[in-house]
Amino acid sequence: MTSPIFMRLRHALGEAAVEVGPDGSPRAVPNSTDAVAQVCGLAHEQGWRVRLEGRSSWMPGDAPADLVLSTRNLRRVLQIAPADLVATAEAGVPCAGLQQELAGQGAWLALDPPGHPDRSLGSVLATGTAGPLRHGYGPVRDHILGGTIVSGDGRVIKAGGNVVKNVAGYDLTKLQVGGFGAFGVITQVHLRLRALPAARVTLIARGERDVLTRQARALMEAQLSAAALELCSPALAGDADWLLALELVGTVPAVEAEATRTSSHSEVGWERLEPDAAVALWQTIARGPLGGELSIRLGVFPDGIDEMLDLLEERLDTGLVSAGAGLGMLRWSGTASLEQLREIRRTAAQREIPLTLERGPWALRHAFGHFGAYREGVAVLVSKLRSTFDPDPTFPVALEGEHG
Amino acid sequence: MTASLADQLAKRVGPRWVKQRPAELRIFEADGLPTHSAKPRLVVLPGTRSELVEVIALLHREQIPWVARGAGTGLSGGALAETDSVLVVLTRLNRILKLDSQRQRAVVEPGVVNARLSEAALPFGLHYAPDPSSQSACTIGGNVAENAGGPHCLKYGVTTNHVMELEVLLPDGSLVRLGSPHGEPWGPDLVGLFVGSEGMFGVATEITLRLTPLPPAIRTLLADFMTVRAASEAVSAIIARGIVPAALEMMDQSCVRAVEASIYAAGYPTDAGAILLVELDGQAASVAAESEAVESLLRKQGARSVRAASTPEERARLWQGRKKAFGAAGRIAPDLVVQDAVVPRSALPDILDRIGAIGARYELIISNVFHAGDGNLHPNICYDSRDPGLSERVRRASREIMTVCVEAGGSITGEHGVGADKLDYMPLIFDPVSLAAMCAVRRVFDPAQRANPGKVVPIHYCREYGQPHVASAPLPLRPSAPL
Repeated sequence: MTSPIFMRLRHALGEAAVEVGPDGSPRAVPNSTDAVAQVCGLAHEQGWRVRLEGRSSWMPGDAPADLVLSTRNLRRVLQIAPADLVATAEAGVPCAGLQQELAGQGAWLALDPPGHPDRSLGSVLATGTAGPLRHGYGPVRDHILGGTIVSGDGRVIKAGGNVVKNVAGYDLTKLQVGGFGAFGVITQVHLRLRALPAARVTLIARGERDVLTRQARALMEAQLSAAALELCSPALAGDADWLLALELVGTVPAVEAEATRTSSHSEVGWERLEPDAAVALWQTIARGPLGGELSIRLGVFPDGIDEMLDLLEERLDTGLVSAGAGLGMLRWSGTASLEQLREIRRTAAQREIPLTLERGPWALRHAFGHFGAYREGVAVLVSKLRSTFDPDPTFPVALEGEHG
Repeated sequence: MTASLADQLAKRVGPRWVKQRPAELRIFEADGLPTHSAKPRLVVLPGTRSELVEVIALLHREQIPWVARGAGTGLSGGALAETDSVLVVLTRLNRILKLDSQRQRAVVEPGVVNARLSEAALPFGLHYAPDPSSQSACTIGGNVAENAGGPHCLKYGVTTNHVMELEVLLPDGSLVRLGSPHGEPWGPDLVGLFVGSEGMFGVATEITLRLTPLPPAIRTLLADFMTVRAASEAVSAIIARGIVPAALEMMDQSCVRAVEASIYAAGYPTDAGAILLVELDGQAASVAAESEAVESLLRKQGARSVRAASTPEERARLWQGRKKAFGAAGRIAPDLVVQDAVVPRSALPDILDRIGAIGARYELIISNVFHAGDGNLHPNICYDSRDPGLSERVRRASREIMTVCVEAGGSITGEHGVGADKLDYMPLIFDPVSLAAMCAVRRVFDPAQRANPGKVVPIHYCREYGQPHVASAPLPLRPSAPL
C-alpha cells in the first residue's frame, strides 16, 4: 500500500491529493494546474510512467504505468461570460454538469460527445471525439479557443486565449485536441459558446440504409440548415431499422421553416419527436459506442459512407454505427481483432481515409495505435513534437502502434 | 556570393524571375504595414512547384535564410525579408488544381488570389468563405500562413476552419502531406498547427480547402446609432438572441466620414456616432424571420434608422464602404497604420473610449472599423511617416492600444498576425515557458530556423529547457524595443 511512489507523492502534494487506485497503484488527484505540474515534474525526474485519466468513462484505465494522474478534481468552471459567449473550465469538469451551468446563464456548448454524459471535458478534447452536432458546429477543435497544458516534464504552457478570434503565436491547442494526451495534460480550457437556442426540433426517418443516405444527400443539396444529420445503425439506435436523425436548432421561425422544408424534400416519412423523446434519442446515440469494446472513426466523405459501411459489414459486422450523413465522418463501435482492424485501416488508407482508434483496450491500442502509420515524412515530425512536450516520455500513449 | 547565388537561382527559375537590382527590390521592401521595411538580399519567383522545391533545397544547402511572400498585402510585416534573407515570392504558383463541386473541395496552389477562387466556384453555387478586406489581391498561401479572417468569418469561421489538407514544403526541401481530403486529421492535427504559423514552418505548396454553398437568400441591414456604446449593445442583443449573422460590422464616426468623403462613399449617415452593418443569410424564410427580429432589436437598442439593401447593387455599395474603409482612411494622410486587436465583445465600448483618449493624448486621428460580432477591432491611425516625431507618437499610441486590449482580457492580434510588428507585444500575453514551447515547436519543422527568421516569437524572452520552470507573470515590454 505504501509504495515509495505513493509516499513521495503524498509528501509533495499532501494527503488529500493522493489515493490508492482500484488496482493498488498510486493515484494522484490534484486540484490545480500547479499540482499537476508538480506530479509531472516529479515523475519526469524519477522516471515514473504516468497514466492520464479523466472520469474513467471512455478510455479503459489499463495502460501500464507507475502511477495514475486523474483530472477528476480539476472540476471548477472558472468563468462563464454569456455576453462574450466564452467560458473557462478545468479539464475534469463533467460535460453534462457544464452544460447545465451554461444553460443557467443562457449559453450552450455545441458539443455532444459520445460516451457517458459525465465524461470529462478533458477526455473529449484529448480524444477529439465529436458527436452528431459536428454537422452544424464543427469538430471539437472549433470549440476550443485556448487553454493550459502541462508537459510531461512539468512545464505549464499556455496556448491560445480567451477571445473568439486570435492569431497570436502558433496554435498549440490544435496539437492537444485529438492528441490522446501524448503532448501533455490539458488542465484548463477556454471554450467558445453559443447562445442557448430558442428552439431545438428532432425529426427521424427509418428505413433501408441506402435510402436514408440518399435522403441525407438530397437534404444537403437543398441546403437544409441542420445542426445534426446522423445515420445510426439499428443496434446503436435501439431500433429495428436504420435511423436518420435530424436536429434543427435556432430561432423558432427558422427551425419551423426548415422542418417544413425537410418534409417537402422527402422520399421517406419523417416523424417529429416530442422534446423528451428527442433528448432520450440523442442520449442513446451518444451512449451507443460504449456498447462495443472499441470505437474507431473514419474521415470519410458522405458519398463514401455506404461503401465504407459495406466494407465494415463484410469484414467485421454491422456494429454500433453513427455517421455524419450530411458532411461525412463515421464512428463504428464493436469488437474486432487486430488483424481485422489492420486490414480495414489499410483499405481505408488506399482511399485517402484516415482511421483513428478512439478507444479500446491497451493491448489493442499498443499494437494498433490510435493513428497507425502516418504518411511519408510525418512520423518524424510527430515524434519530435512528442519529445518537445513529453521528453522522456512520461505518458504511455500508443499513437502509432506496432508495425504490421 | 550574392551574384553566384543569383546565378544558381536563375538556373532553376530563369533569369527573368530573379530580381536583384535595387530598383527591382524596392517594391518588395515592405508589405501593407508602412512602419516597417527591410531590403531583401534578392527576390526569386518560382513558377512551378518543382522550381520552388529546388529553390528551397538550394537555400537549405547554402544555409541562407528566406521568407515566403504572397501578394504582400499583410499588415504585420510578416513577409519582410529581414536579416539579409532571400524573398521567395509565390504569386506565379497561381493555379486552381481541382474543384470538386460535389464534395465541395478545391485544391489550389499558394499564389491563387482569394477572390479568384470564389469566382471559379461561383458557377457551382459555391464560394470560399473567408474574405479578408484585401481579398481581391491577397493569396490563399498568405491566408494560410496568417490564418486570415474577414467580415464573414463570424458565421463561417476563419481560414483554419476551411483548410482540410496541405502539402507542405519543409525548410529542408522535403515535402509532407498533412490532414486528409475530408478534413479529419491523419494523426495529430498538424494542419491546425501549421495554419497561422506565419511562414516559419515551411511553405504550403498545395492547399485543399472546403467550399461553402452560396446562401439562397441574403439580407444586408444598415443601422446608425448616436453612440458606439449603443451600437455595441445592439450587437450583444443580437448575439444573445441566438442569431448568428453572416457578418456584423461596425464603423465609428471618424471612419464613416472618411469613407463618405472618398470615392467609396456608401451613403452612410455622417452624423452618426457609429454605424452597424448586419448581414443575414440562409434560407429565405429564416432570413426573413431573423432580419425582422434583428431590425426590431436594432430599433429597440436605439438605432436612429435601419435601412435594408433591396438589390444586389445596394448590398455591394454598403459593403464597398466597409471593405474599402482602409483605403478611404488612407486618403486622409500619406500613411496609415491598420491596427488589429481583439477584446471580449462586451468590453468594446469601454475600449473604444480608451482608444479615443489615447488618440487625443497623442494628438492622432484614430478611426475605428471592426468586426463587432467577435470583438476584433481595427483602429486606423493616419499619419505622415516623413515626420519622425509623429511616427514616434504613432508607435507609442499603438503600444498603448495593445496594452489596454490585453488588460481587458483580449489579444494582440485577431487576424493580421504577429509578424515583425507585434513581436514585442507577445510577452504581454505569453510567459517565457509558453514562448519557449512555441520556439521548440518551430524547431521541429525548421531546425535551422531559416524560414522567416525573427518573426512571431521574441526569442530573447523564451525560457529554454533545463532551467527551473516556475510559473511567472508575463514580462513587461522592453522599454527600448522598436515596434
